[in-house]
Order: sequence, then structure tokens, then C-alpha cells
Amino acid sequence: MAEPLPLAKGEAAIEVDDARFRYSASGPEVLHGVSLRVAKGEYLAMIGQNGGGKTTLAKLFNGLLKPTSGTVRTAGINTRDATVAELARTVGYVYQNPDHQIFAQKVRTEIAFGPRNLGLTPEEVTKRVDDALDLVELRDYEDAFAFSLGRGLRQKLAVASVLAMSPPVIVVDEPTTGLDLQGSRSILDLLSRWNADGRTIIVITHDISLVAERVPRTVIISGGNILADGPTRDVLSNADLLQKAFLRPPQVTRVAQRLQQFGIPPNVMTVHELRDELRRALRA
Amino acid sequence: MQDAQPGEKAIEVDGLRFRYPEREALDGIDLVVRRGEFVGITGPSGAGKSTLCVCLKGLIPAGEISGRIMVSGKEIDRVSPFQENSAIVFQDPETQIIGLTVAEDVAFGPENLKRDPDWIRAHIPETLKIVRLEAYENAETYQLSGGQKQRLAIADALILQPDIMILDEPTSELDPVGKEEVLDVIARLRHERDLTVVMVEHAAEQLAEMADRIIVMEAGRIVDQGPPNILYRNAAIFHRPDGERAPQVAEVLYGLIEDGLLDESEFTAREEEAVELLARKLGASQRLASHG
Repeated sequence: MAEPLPLAKGEAAIEVDDARFRYSASGPEVLHGVSLRVAKGEYLAMIGQNGGGKTTLAKLFNGLLKPTSGTVRTAGINTRDATVAELARTVGYVYQNPDHQIFAQKVRTEIAFGPRNLGLTPEEVTKRVDDALDLVELRDYEDAFAFSLGRGLRQKLAVASVLAMSPPVIVVDEPTTGLDLQGSRSILDLLSRWNADGRTIIVITHDISLVAERVPRTVIISGGNILADGPTRDVLSNADLLQKAFLRPPQVTRVAQRLQQFGIPPNVMTVHELRDELRRALRA
Repeated sequence: MQDAQPGEKAIEVDGLRFRYPEREALDGIDLVVRRGEFVGITGPSGAGKSTLCVCLKGLIPAGEISGRIMVSGKEIDRVSPFQENSAIVFQDPETQIIGLTVAEDVAFGPENLKRDPDWIRAHIPETLKIVRLEAYENAETYQLSGGQKQRLAIADALILQPDIMILDEPTSELDPVGKEEVLDVIARLRHERDLTVVMVEHAAEQLAEMADRIIVMEAGRIVDQGPPNILYRNAAIFHRPDGERAPQVAEVLYGLIEDGLLDESEFTAREEEAVELLARKLGASQRLASHG
């Protein structure tokens, strides 16, 4: 979409300029010249079908992958000019599967690994670990064996390990997969709190209603391109656009769009909004 | 309530309790599933949903069990032989796929049951057709997408010609496209194969469209059950800030009932019915306004 992005003002946290990427010289190109600017303090969702390039793009942000051509700047640093370890201070990455990231025996050791590698004093490391344990409500498990925790708790541990690094930009890949409703809500509340604290949050997800309820800006990535980028309400109420990316609007939006002739706005995003609109129309 | 329904019992569970060495998983389950019924199971992690599924399949884990499980009239216990009349599909298709090619994978089950090789060869294409993988018979399994792998796992189960299909969160690891592909196949199965289906699923919107009856489990017990249009009215479980998730339309309609704008008898959890109902109400109120 060509219109300017009102949300992306201010200093850039991440700037991607015409980035192309292929995993091997002879392999297919998986990103075809992607440009994206994320301002400091934004909360952004990346949605789209598997294989569309979401995770590849996210790995360009923290320098885990370098673009084949084009540039990626994270907090002003060209990712080609910095090591992954340096960039890890700026961008934290929570993987979809916590077991891809957990390796220590004990919960405390796992969380302490990152801050220790930042060269912090032992006192500061302890403080970071304590704060992270409290934030994700894992205090009761601090001495537990990491792999004996249930899936939801392992997900929280993965989040805590990234949080303890205190990076200004956090990328979370499918934060709610494998979690029940309570688990999902507590992780999402945590992301909202971090964002309120001024951190930049980028969430990769398939959960459209989560995006509709919580995330102000949405980027659709499909076939290695950015198909749409704008305020969530505009992106998620554009049914034709979503269909191109094999996505559907939230159920309340679909229902609202079929009730347009009765004066219900077609860009309703949440249960509360639809209830309010219907209440108004039925009382009229 | 269940005994009022007609039809033969496909599954009957009486006072089932199960304890893993470290914790209790099932705390007295009573359940009847009629032949041809589609029963959805939902509830938080650790409620006992998966334990119930594996017990119904006769794959009773290590632990203490009491109570009785009858499947197709036969009692299930640890020493029961392999249950040919029921099949199970798990969350992660990777745990279930063995063959290098799609055809090899589908053949694996019946080969192990010493079915006639000609019979197996003849049944592979038709089984793959049901799950819409007929074009992939000779494809290598590692090349399939997540949704295709899960449909292959369903084909692996189907070729054994079960009467009862048990699915434990078959779509939770898939993207929206894969999810839809798999749920479409499951929805058609019962009509084309006259199957009894028990499916654990968190996607309330899909469950409301597909299931005849939904069971809510919590801490090893069944806390409520009923047809979607009755169950999703239960305010003790849904419609609270910390409650379980109901379909979005159910939440909206429940709110309008609270506002006194709809009658409780009009409640539905299904999208199509909700749109029809709301269009009727909005049309009527517009007509009233224009006459007033």
C-alpha cells in the first residue's frame, strides 16, 4: 500500500531497504526486495502463510541472516558491520519452539546465560534474573530443571531469557502456539507491558484475533514480498487483500461486513466493538 | 442427557480415573458417544484431554487406572489387542509419519496387520483421494507441507477402516491454510465414511460449526457438555475476562442478551445463523424506525 504510515514516525528501530535473500547461491530467492521501517516503541505484527518469508525477514533484523543484497539497519547499525553477539544486545528473538533455545539444566542458569555474556557484574546478573522471573511469574520454578517444565512454562522461560538481556527490540515468533488460553493471555499481557515501557515489539503470528485486539500495525508478508503494511484496522478489514495471502478477517469483522446494509461499519475489529455497534443499531 | 439420544453406543466410559506416577490426570470421567456422533473436547492444558484420547484408543500409559472403557462393545484394558476399529491422530504429524513416500506411509499400517498386498495397493489411491493427496502418492513425505503431512496422518488412520476416529489437536501446529485443509477433510469424513469422531480442539469457532456436542474438561473432569448453541451460553465457563474462549459471535450475542436486546432462546454459536438472526433483527428495527 502506498499511503504514508502514521505509526512509523520517530527514530527507527529497524530499517530494511530493498532486502533480497536466498539461502544458497543457487537456491530460490525467498525475499524479493523488501523495504520496511519500524520506529522505536512500535508494536507490529507480521502475518502471512508459512513459507511466505516472515521468519526469514525477522532473522535479518538480528543479523542471524544477512541480506543477499540491500541493507538492514538495527538501531542505526548496518547488520553487515556487526556480529550477532553485538546485535543481540539490541534485538532479542524468542523462537516459536522454546526447545530450540533452552539448553541449560536449571531455570536460573538458563536465564542468567544472556546477561552473563553481556559482561554484567554478578550482582547485576542476579538482579536481571530475578526481575525476569517475576515478570513471567516463574519464581516458583527458579531451581527446577528446565526440560521438566510443561510447554507453557518452557515458553515463559524462553521469554524470560530474552527479557533478561533487556533488549530494546524484541521479536517473538508465534508466542501462543501450544499454549492454552491462560498461557496465551499472560504472554500477550507481558508483550503489551513491554511495549508500554517503550520497547519495540514485533510479533509473528497466525492468530488474527490476537492481532486485531492488541497490535496497532500489521504487515502481511506473502511470497517473499510485503503485500500490505498499515494500521491493523485497515489491513484486517480488507478481505480481498487478506484472501490473496490465504488469510481471513476475524469472525466479528466478517459478520460486520455482511451487516453493512444495516449501518454496521465494515472495519469492526473486536467483540466489544461489534457488540457496541449492534447495541446502537438495535436501540435506534 | 446423552441417554435421550438414539443410536448405538460407540464409546462408553464409566468412572474412569487415571493417575500418572507424579500426578492425577483423570478424576472420574463418565461419557457416552453415539455411533456417528461428532464430539469436540476443549479445556485448558493439563485438563486430561490427551490422556482421555490415548485411553480411548487403548494406548493406556504407565500409571494407575480404574473404571471402565468400552469401545464398540468391547472392554479396553492394558492387555487388549490392537484396536482395529478405532484410530488416533496426534498433534504433530511428524510423530506418526514413517514411510519415505506417501504411498509407503499409508501402506505401513495395513502391512503390519498382514492385510493382503493387493488389497492394500487397491486402497491407497482411494484413501489418498479422501484427504485430497491423490496427486502425491509417489511424493517423498519430507517434501509435504504441515497441512499435507497431517492429512497424510489421517489417511494412515483411514486405510485401517476404523469406525471411530480420535483426533488430538490435529491442527494446532498448522498455519491457517493447513488448518482449514485438515478441518475440511475431517468435516467430510463423517458423512462419507459414517465415522464417529472425537476431536480435541481449541479453535472454538471451528468447533462450533462442526461438533454435535462439545465437552469441556478441567482438572481431570468433565465440567460441562452440550450442543454448541447451548454450551456456549454457560457463563460459568465462558464470557468472563479469565474464561475459556467462545466463538466471537457467541460472545457478541451473549452480550446482546445481557443488554436485553435478544432473547436467550435466540442464542447461537454458529456464524451463518448469527448473521441471519442479526440481519432479521436489524431489518425489523430499521422498519420500525422508518415507520415511527
